[in-house]
Amino acid sequence: MLVYLLRRLGQSVFVIAAMAVLVFVGVYAIGNPIDILINPEADQNERAAAIARLGLDKPLWEQFLVFVSNAVQGDLGRSFVYSTDALGLILSKLPATLELAFLALVIAIFLGVPLGMLAGLKPDSIVGKTIMGGSILGFSLPNFWQGMMLILLFAVIFKVLPSGGRGETVEVLGVAVSFLTLDGLSHMLLPAVNLALFKTSLVIRLARAGTREAVLQDYVKFARAKGLKPRRIVLVHIAKNIMIPVVTVLGLELGSMIAFAVVTESVFAWPGMGKLLIDSIQHLDRPVVVAYLMLTVFMFILINLAVDLLYCALDPRVRISEVSA
Amino acid sequence: MTDALKVPAAPAPGRRLGWRGTPVARFAAEFGASPVAVAALTVTIVLALLATFANFITPQNPYDLAQLDIMDGMLPPGSTDFAGSMTYHLGTDQQGRDMLSAIIFGLRMSLGVGVMSTFIALSLGMSIGVLAAYFGGKVDTVIMRVVDLQLSFPSILVALILLAALGKGVDKVILALIIVQWAYYARTVRGSALVERRKEYIEAAACLALSHRRIVFRHLLPNCLPPLIVVATVQVAHAIALEATLSFLGVGVPITEPSLGLLIANGYDYMLSGKYWVAFFPGIALLVTIVAINLVGDRLRDVLNPRLKR
Amino acid sequence: MRKSTLLCAVSLAAVLASPAVAQELTIGISAEPSALDPHYHNLGPNNAMRRHMFESLLLTDENQRLSPGLATSYKPLDDTTWEFKLREGVTFHDGSPFTAKDVVFTVCRIPTVENSPSSFTVYTKGIAGMEVKDPHTLLIKTDTPFPLLPNEVAAWGILSATANGVTGDIGFSRDGCTGIDSYPKTEDFNSGKAAIGTGMYKFKEFTRGEEIVFERNDDYWGDKGAWETVTFRPITSDGPRVAALLSGDVDMIDNPPLQDLERIKSEGFQVAQGLSNRVIYLHMDQHGEETPGITGTDGKNPLLDKRVRKAISIAINREAIVERIMNGVAVPAGELLPQGFFGTTPGAEAEKYDPEGAKKLLAEAGYPDGFGLTLGSPNDRYINDAQVSQAVAQMLTRIGIETEVDAVTASTFFKRRNAHEFSMYLAGWGAATGEMSSPLRALVATPDKVKGYGGTNRGRYSNPEMDALIDQALATVDDDKREALLQQASQVVIEDYGILPLHFEVTPWAFRKGITYVPRADQYTLALGVKPAG
Repeated sequence: MLVYLLRRLGQSVFVIAAMAVLVFVGVYAIGNPIDILINPEADQNERAAAIARLGLDKPLWEQFLVFVSNAVQGDLGRSFVYSTDALGLILSKLPATLELAFLALVIAIFLGVPLGMLAGLKPDSIVGKTIMGGSILGFSLPNFWQGMMLILLFAVIFKVLPSGGRGETVEVLGVAVSFLTLDGLSHMLLPAVNLALFKTSLVIRLARAGTREAVLQDYVKFARAKGLKPRRIVLVHIAKNIMIPVVTVLGLELGSMIAFAVVTESVFAWPGMGKLLIDSIQHLDRPVVVAYLMLTVFMFILINLAVDLLYCALDPRVRISEVSA
Repeated sequence: MTDALKVPAAPAPGRRLGWRGTPVARFAAEFGASPVAVAALTVTIVLALLATFANFITPQNPYDLAQLDIMDGMLPPGSTDFAGSMTYHLGTDQQGRDMLSAIIFGLRMSLGVGVMSTFIALSLGMSIGVLAAYFGGKVDTVIMRVVDLQLSFPSILVALILLAALGKGVDKVILALIIVQWAYYARTVRGSALVERRKEYIEAAACLALSHRRIVFRHLLPNCLPPLIVVATVQVAHAIALEATLSFLGVGVPITEPSLGLLIANGYDYMLSGKYWVAFFPGIALLVTIVAINLVGDRLRDVLNPRLKR
Repeated sequence: MRKSTLLCAVSLAAVLASPAVAQELTIGISAEPSALDPHYHNLGPNNAMRRHMFESLLLTDENQRLSPGLATSYKPLDDTTWEFKLREGVTFHDGSPFTAKDVVFTVCRIPTVENSPSSFTVYTKGIAGMEVKDPHTLLIKTDTPFPLLPNEVAAWGILSATANGVTGDIGFSRDGCTGIDSYPKTEDFNSGKAAIGTGMYKFKEFTRGEEIVFERNDDYWGDKGAWETVTFRPITSDGPRVAALLSGDVDMIDNPPLQDLERIKSEGFQVAQGLSNRVIYLHMDQHGEETPGITGTDGKNPLLDKRVRKAISIAINREAIVERIMNGVAVPAGELLPQGFFGTTPGAEAEKYDPEGAKKLLAEAGYPDGFGLTLGSPNDRYINDAQVSQAVAQMLTRIGIETEVDAVTASTFFKRRNAHEFSMYLAGWGAATGEMSSPLRALVATPDKVKGYGGTNRGRYSNPEMDALIDQALATVDDDKREALLQQASQVVIEDYGILPLHFEVTPWAFRKGITYVPRADQYTLALGVKPAG
């Protein structure tokens, strides 16, 4: 186990290093940020001076070495645009994104599980088929277009919900959050639904499959034989059992949700990490793009590592050799 | 977009020749048992035909700038043009481009990018996956590590960064889509190939001292195809959606060759002022395309995967 | 209530109450300043924001004309020496008095700002020496005759020397001043510690991405601010910014999208529009026969031929672009600055649309069947930029020049433009100094590092006659003579079709009923100019 752990850790470090090179070189290729940052009135000499001030005159490998030596100490560079710590800038946007992702998760579970169970209990009924049809639609709807249609419907035509932005926030433990104010919640609703739709479809499928399997299980048959009310069987025995895979999968999907928030945040102008990434790409704020990507790489590798280790610890059938292969 | 769609539940053994009719006929009959699937297939074929013959059926060539006039810009659906000779059934965009024509050409771009990237990624991923399975050992380990690593990142993020670095262009979008897709095929093929490899016919082939190449490409690969076809169908839909999203975010195809995604993105600016048609109709076209392909894919999975049959 | 009391109350309210009733102002802005340090980043949003807290020797009004600021008057003593009389009785936000030493301190500080992505040294490098004659008289020396000095001193805000720990005298030198222990850091401005100016408003709070809050400076030397507190909220996306105005979250927004103006007005809000100093132009590669974006000419560059350039110009229906693409919110351009700005020629009009004439000119130049052209364009930098480019392509295609638009995001566009990858491109230029030498020097003067010419002349237009006129103008301190020279230089390039101006952007602002705003040519959104109506 220890050997495996060490090897896995070693691999992760290698991957992070490889990704750092790729990301740095890739982002470097995008364009010269000076053209965006500098005032057009500046002449050639002033341009050269600004390039030197930002360290862009050094060769790529030297810039990379500077980046690495700082990164090891936890400093992922300073934003060209804001002259502030890039990592800090990203982390300051993290609460907004997390808040949105969690609300989306809640919507996905509370909408998806009951619908999925319904479809699983009556797979051949009209209701069941409609729900499954709806889930295919949910999978197929392009995220951004669905968001735009939500805006069109609720903000432009009915004028009941705001079209974007974050709304009023309150500070909780020094972090500004929206979900505690009515205004904030109303701003959150559309983007959260937008982000949740895809996962809801996923949950419906998982819950349906789980339910169909569960009704054939002995403990359900036994419960039925004992004369328990169908309601109780469904709500307690079946629901409990299908929640395990649903929660596991959604936990894993949280990462992809944060990634997809790039789209949702762009459509609804939600001031989170994803919006910052898109803005930074547009402004060629390289340190922020690099920091964002390194943070994401780090996060995903951590998730994968945790999952692998958990599988390894929990499931004796997963042999170590198989996991590492 | 998610694992539930991309990857079949488990590697399925390939189908062998049966004694009842030809396999194709049997397959067609099974597929045809679902009216929804047949309808979806019909829609898919019609869309593909529309896209292929876009030049001949659209009222206007939206790429030919000489045919456009900005004086016809932003007309609502059903308007006639300045000269009164042409009706814009779905309205026009700001350049005076007929939305119906733009949508059909956009469909061609979207389908083209989706199919092309899927086909190349399929060929690439398939070869890599089958090699990994056949040779095993170190080769397998390295390849599958790379595959796992790549699949652990959301494709949207990978493609976004790739395109930010590569710049705009149809070729670059296709390249980015290939890079984010190949790993799915590699994994799928390896799964089924691992099962097939242990079967007697491969052993028999090996005993006959056939070359590696012949064994892999003539015997192993064809038997791994069915699950791949399912994945590929769903992936086309996925690729189309991804391309649309990238174009919406401003890193996809160039504005001179708009895909459906870019047409929608153009409409974003006008939505709040109530000019819905620029974003609405291309979105419907995109939705219909993706739903139809997904439904076909779903049915294919049911038919090709015997494990699901009770 | 009796009638007379009511009347009395109403008139009293009109006199006293308007500031008392409307104490708070919230403005939604489309671009957030990157820092509150007035010398960190020479860019529109920063320059607008600093004007609330920090003032300069001379101020610019809404038409970019100079007016007295912290200097009450100025005059050239000789060709290279200027005398500025400073305003007396002005205090900084910390109570310390404003004197000439503060000006010297500021000029000393500007080159020392760390990590500055775009430095203000462009506006101080002409200063060779400074001399404090008495606390309220300052002499500024330049190396050569430098007529733009008054424009340039209006570009930087003045810091307090005392508040930054200077006790003795400051010895000015370009290579580093003496008598200063340390300069304030950019972060100190963002935290408010160093945000001490003489402006109408004082720093109150700054949360990046959320809000910038100012409060009224009750000791201000001029007319006091109309608002107790002013809050700027950055809302970079167009839709939500408009929504914030319509829902009453903010009182005013800048840059509402043109296509939403009708809707904003119909919901009972006001829109103010002002001609800006920004021209949208087409630049053509006139460097040599080899050019990347031309096809079908057997390797020749048709853009070297003035007839072709003229054909392109008259093939463009500027009126139609303004009307259809810009929703009428723009003005067709005949020069690089709108009428009325210093150095423009009275009566200069936009080129007349004449597609038949264009075809004839093309045929005369030897291209009866036209040629292929790629037009480079950004798609997220100027108002509806990619749409304008497509419209231009449409019009050129109709006279036989088959034009393709290569529209990319601004970052990529600038990179490729600067590498001369376009034979023709669309871009914009805002004249920060508000006079003709700015666009001429940057866009069409022959590139010259030493003189600082042609920094953005990526079509590499070169005309010695015009260069000489600019040289001469920039060495002429007399305003009338200088204006005549600039007019001449401008006419030379326009008549040579060296660059094709398309239109001037018009900047809109939208706000609720009950307040007024005078549009500014520099496109700045200033709370200083927002007043309660009536």
